[in-house]
Amino acid sequence: MSNKSTTEQTPRQGQRQSGIGLLAYLLLGIGFGIVLTKSEVVSWFRIQEMFRFQSPRMYEIIVSAIVVAAASLAVLRALGARTICGEPVYVPPKTLGYGVRYAVGGTMFGLGWALTGACPGPLFALVGNGVTVMAAAILSALAGTWLYGVLRPQLPH
Amino acid sequence: MIGNVISTFVSFSGPWPWYVAGPVIGLFVPALLIVDNKVFGVSSSLRHLCSAVLPSKLDYFRYDWKRTGLWNLFFVVGILVGGFLASHWGGSQNIAISEQTRIALTKLSIHDFSGLAPREIFAWSALLTLKGFVSVVLGGVLVGFGTAYAGGCTSGHAISGLADLQLSSLIAVVGFFAGGLIATHFLLPLFL
Repeated sequence: MSNKSTTEQTPRQGQRQSGIGLLAYLLLGIGFGIVLTKSEVVSWFRIQEMFRFQSPRMYEIIVSAIVVAAASLAVLRALGARTICGEPVYVPPKTLGYGVRYAVGGTMFGLGWALTGACPGPLFALVGNGVTVMAAAILSALAGTWLYGVLRPQLPH
Repeated sequence: MIGNVISTFVSFSGPWPWYVAGPVIGLFVPALLIVDNKVFGVSSSLRHLCSAVLPSKLDYFRYDWKRTGLWNLFFVVGILVGGFLASHWGGSQNIAISEQTRIALTKLSIHDFSGLAPREIFAWSALLTLKGFVSVVLGGVLVGFGTAYAGGCTSGHAISGLADLQLSSLIAVVGFFAGGLIATHFLLPLFL
């Protein structure tokens, strides 16, 4: 191997953020918390309605979100868009492996989604909305993530 | 300008129609990429929090969380604050669910339809009852374990992943719905 390190550019992605950079994520998070609440996707009742196929609302929201995100990605790629810091926009591909982690982990998360009536974003938004018992759900989710970290070497991926 | 946008959003007090809510959610994908190549996703915040709060020897939590995850933690704190703001500036929080759903849930002995989630289950006083414990604690553990195992949740897989046509995300999303349908139709009647 040659002394590549001297010429290699340091990727900016994942570098420690400045205070102003972090403020941008806080503001985007605030916007997302407002959207989650105003769209009512934070509601256990809406999640029940979705899993009982009794209203198209959640499906319309999810599908239109995917369509807009996909169209945005296509536009960013076609334009060769760059980030504010000037790097090319890039979405890292996920590794498929055997796919077991997606099928099994996905099903486990689905069970939890219907039981709590919330996915991770809404858990935080619900605490802000005054459903403070969801702090216990967040702590339980942290315990679940921890447990995954413990069992990970034994699990098929 | 951002203040204007936020106050316009928030003064729009009723529930937003799907064709406003969905596209706005979708726009978080390009917004985070343009800021600094961040992939829209919430569940990785759980891993970063574990790594930050409970230093351990486990490989899964041994990485520089400040470097890769601090942005995500600011994002989820923002979500909490956004929920708080929306709840204080908006109108009523009663959810106009379909009559069929109301009937189905009444059969499961849900009687309080006010608020975002039924208070009979989602209250501190109900946490140690069977239905409260299963819904909040067991449900929470499954959310944390499942998203860590699958490497994403609704935002990371269903929205970011499907928008990027990732096969792994499609498998995950099929799993999300399989799990959700099993819990709704087979598990809820057992403990509610």
